[in-house]
Amino acid sequence: MSEDERAEGSPVGRRVVLGMLGLGVAGVAVGASVQDKVSRALAPVGPIGDVLPAAGGFRYYSVTSGVKRHGAATHRVTVSGLVDKPQSFGMADLAHFPQTVLDRDFQCVTGWRVPDVRWVGVALPDLLDAVGVSAQARAVRFTSFDGVYTESLTLEQARRRDVLVATQMDGKPVTHDHGGPTRLYVAPMYGYKSLKWLGGIELTDRVKPGYWEELGYDVDAWVGRSNGRSDAPT
Amino acid sequence: MRRPEPSSGRLVRFTRAERSIHQVTALLMLVCLLTAALLYLPPLSALVGRREMVRTVHVWCGFALPAPIVLGLLSRAFRADLRRLNRFVPADWQWLRRGDRRAVRDGRGVLPVGKFNAGQKLNAAFTAGAILVMLGTGEIMTFPGPWGDRWRTGSTFVHDWLFLAVLAVTAGHLWEALRDREALTGMLTGRVDPGWAARHHASWAVPAGRTPDAGGRPAAGGANAQVDGAGAQAGEATADPRGTSGERGPDFAKRPPGMS
Repeated sequence: MSEDERAEGSPVGRRVVLGMLGLGVAGVAVGASVQDKVSRALAPVGPIGDVLPAAGGFRYYSVTSGVKRHGAATHRVTVSGLVDKPQSFGMADLAHFPQTVLDRDFQCVTGWRVPDVRWVGVALPDLLDAVGVSAQARAVRFTSFDGVYTESLTLEQARRRDVLVATQMDGKPVTHDHGGPTRLYVAPMYGYKSLKWLGGIELTDRVKPGYWEELGYDVDAWVGRSNGRSDAPT
Repeated sequence: MRRPEPSSGRLVRFTRAERSIHQVTALLMLVCLLTAALLYLPPLSALVGRREMVRTVHVWCGFALPAPIVLGLLSRAFRADLRRLNRFVPADWQWLRRGDRRAVRDGRGVLPVGKFNAGQKLNAAFTAGAILVMLGTGEIMTFPGPWGDRWRTGSTFVHDWLFLAVLAVTAGHLWEALRDREALTGMLTGRVDPGWAARHHASWAVPAGRTPDAGGRPAAGGANAQVDGAGAQAGEATADPRGTSGERGPDFAKRPPGMS
């Protein structure tokens, strides 16, 4: 080192930047497994998990500025389109259907996952049988009462027993922030298929891509098989 | 370019280019942090919603964040700042270690701090590193196509945790700035009071050979000081005996930053 260089000191700034780049790359490489451990370690801290990353909670998604709150007393889910008898169901009507219980993960396509959430609700095929699906119907379009969000399933997908009109989550009514009073829960697909604030179910003759699907996400969003992901299926 | 203020006697600390780079970077960084909070903290997300719009603003500001720094490389003064920020002299390590680093004895700081103190140097390095890491992980999250899900989850992990670190460091940076009015004025107007400079950044403010050698090193950095306007009266200890003027600006910028 020359006298000039010594007088200028050592390049600490550069080392900090390079060190951070190294840590960043290492973090990306091991992050997927570390995140699981961090989630478990932070699980006991409860609500503070809301402001800590990877603490294992849900993240709130809404595509509109505000969503009108619907009370359980007046809320209705309308089934229309290519059906024999269009009908709208209140919460009491839904409670009269056989109730399906699913203990499954909620897997978001962006990577976070909430393990073992207990969902209770009406299996979608039971609801479809109640209104009588017409022979021309090929797909189902779901609309949210937030006024903007939409989703779709093929009729074949909609007839799966693990697709719910969910009314309970983890033993309580689905809260407003989680998409209550009724939300869709499509167990085998990524979270964006599980439309929040479910207000309308329409039988159609073909699949009409929903909100995120118009923005580039796969229409058939099977966990582990779509959007370039290979997560373990839920 | 630089308007002389003959009677002010204030030291030029930052040129217009240096201030613009700082201000635009600061604005983009604050928008990134704010939109990140809206996307990321459930109570705030629930309040604002509009996820697609907030995400779009976040992504555009994020990708724009390095632009002012890259464009800033055209400025000689900014390049000199980068060299100053990069180099740690022994006094910088002392500054970090000593509890009395802010103490003033006989009208000047106990350590010969140059234009930037060691905290500011670390802040700059951390911010530069954070921008690069956030850029890389943000790219993977925004254009996830070619990346496997382990990379995408790993990127989310790094992006999330580094967000909290950047939030803390930025808050600390703002805290330090807001509690020192003269430092804030320096970044807003580019000029500082020579007395303040002598107390806090003595080896930058004082001409060569006139700085008490508190750090056990030759305090050569004083040569980089520039007093704006001839016959400056304020801050006797810092007035340049050679009767300087704004003309010396480019000279000042051309010198190696050294201890300054």
